[in-house]
Amino acid sequence: MTAVRIPPTLRAEVGGERQVEAEGDDVRGVLEDLTARFPALASQLFDDGELAPFVNVYLGGEDVRTLDGLDTAVNGQAIILLPAMAGGS
Amino acid sequence: MASYRDLLTRIKAEIDEIGAADARERAASSEPPLFLDVREREEWEEGFVPGALHVPRGQLESRIEGLLPDRSREVVVYCAGGSRSAFAAKSLGELGYENVTSLTGGFTDWKRNGFDVETPRTLSPQQRARYSRHLLIPEVGEAGQQRLLASRVLLIGAGGLGSPASLYLAAAGVGTIGIVDADVVDDSNLQRQIVHSTERLGEAKVLSAKRTLEALNPDVDVKTYEERLTSENVERILGDGWDVIVDGADNFPTRYLVNDASVWHDIPVVHGSIYRFEGQVTVFEPHAGPCYRCLFPTPPPPELAPSCAEGGVLGVLPGIVGSLQASEALKVLLGIGETLQGRLLLIDALATSFDEVSVKRDPACPVCGESPTITEYVDYVEFCQAAGRGVGA
Repeated sequence: MTAVRIPPTLRAEVGGERQVEAEGDDVRGVLEDLTARFPALASQLFDDGELAPFVNVYLGGEDVRTLDGLDTAVNGQAIILLPAMAGGS
Repeated sequence: MASYRDLLTRIKAEIDEIGAADARERAASSEPPLFLDVREREEWEEGFVPGALHVPRGQLESRIEGLLPDRSREVVVYCAGGSRSAFAAKSLGELGYENVTSLTGGFTDWKRNGFDVETPRTLSPQQRARYSRHLLIPEVGEAGQQRLLASRVLLIGAGGLGSPASLYLAAAGVGTIGIVDADVVDDSNLQRQIVHSTERLGEAKVLSAKRTLEALNPDVDVKTYEERLTSENVERILGDGWDVIVDGADNFPTRYLVNDASVWHDIPVVHGSIYRFEGQVTVFEPHAGPCYRCLFPTPPPPELAPSCAEGGVLGVLPGIVGSLQASEALKVLLGIGETLQGRLLLIDALATSFDEVSVKRDPACPVCGESPTITEYVDYVEFCQAAGRGVGA
């Protein structure tokens, strides 16, 4: 199981949880397990089967785009989902 | 391939030089030239030609137009020994400055001749008392405090993040603080925007902040820009010359605008953002580390990025994030410690957890990458809306 940190803007889609567990061998598998259980997440994470350009996904603190993208094997480290936030005032 | 020496010889043949004695004569004339010191800050702090303007060589091209719009003005550019100033004089010529000479032998020769040298003023007894806790820290000390007093920090926004950041930067003795904000103080601001107060309701935020900051520390000169930062005014505002930008904007178009401008002007940005209980902080050092577009190439659609006005924010959260921004800005100004460059700090006040993720330069970044595709200001509102519709950037 991989722990996935959910940003505040996506928590409504997962029943308000800050962190959820999901199963999969690679990042794609974990995220697909997640979207199977929380379908509302799919359009926020995927764009034509690829990672949506406005969401950053970190595995063990590294952006998966700098690893093997969605094919990056998960290794027990936590995943963090992170969209940009603009708020400052 | 030319060696450095070949290159220097060639450059020197293409510029005009002036010796120390002649330069001093010109300085004493009825129309003295502007002396332009292109050395690093540490060198400047040990003394300079009286009245000289200081722009480090690395920032010369990006800052000189703002600081010296008159291209016909006679300029004597100098460094320590006359080499950096030769390259600087060449660049100034290419930028259209018509009357530029490079001081042969540089400041070293000027000093050796016994000509007047100005040293940055020392701290007054009042300043010694005010900054005594800084003076006790070896990493700051008197030289560091002088440096802060000579520093210029531009804050984007006098709101949630700008309030604590500006208060601590002013208290720390950052000599010049610029603030860009078009809003007036509103009831709903006071739950977190602690630079303002109830009696300031309806007052322009930049003026309210100026009053608070100058009352806190009379050493600080607050420059106000009562306007929204836009593609049209950004060059004018950055042209006033800033060492660090503290980004506390409240919308994506401004964030991307600040990023592009900072990369082109080579000004570090201390970035902070907040939503409900969560905050993000990082430092973007143009060309040395990633930029905002390396981190977030595409802004999210509106439903994924509600503002604090839409989604709310815990009042103290900007206090935490804005204070961290002030701390990072002071470190950048002083050149001490490890900044958050290359790291994005994630703060969750509800869980009281601090995490960080790494941020790398993107070689394909459209602004700071190897082959930039964005080289001038775009319509940032349109750029963010297009991204939000899924059209991409």
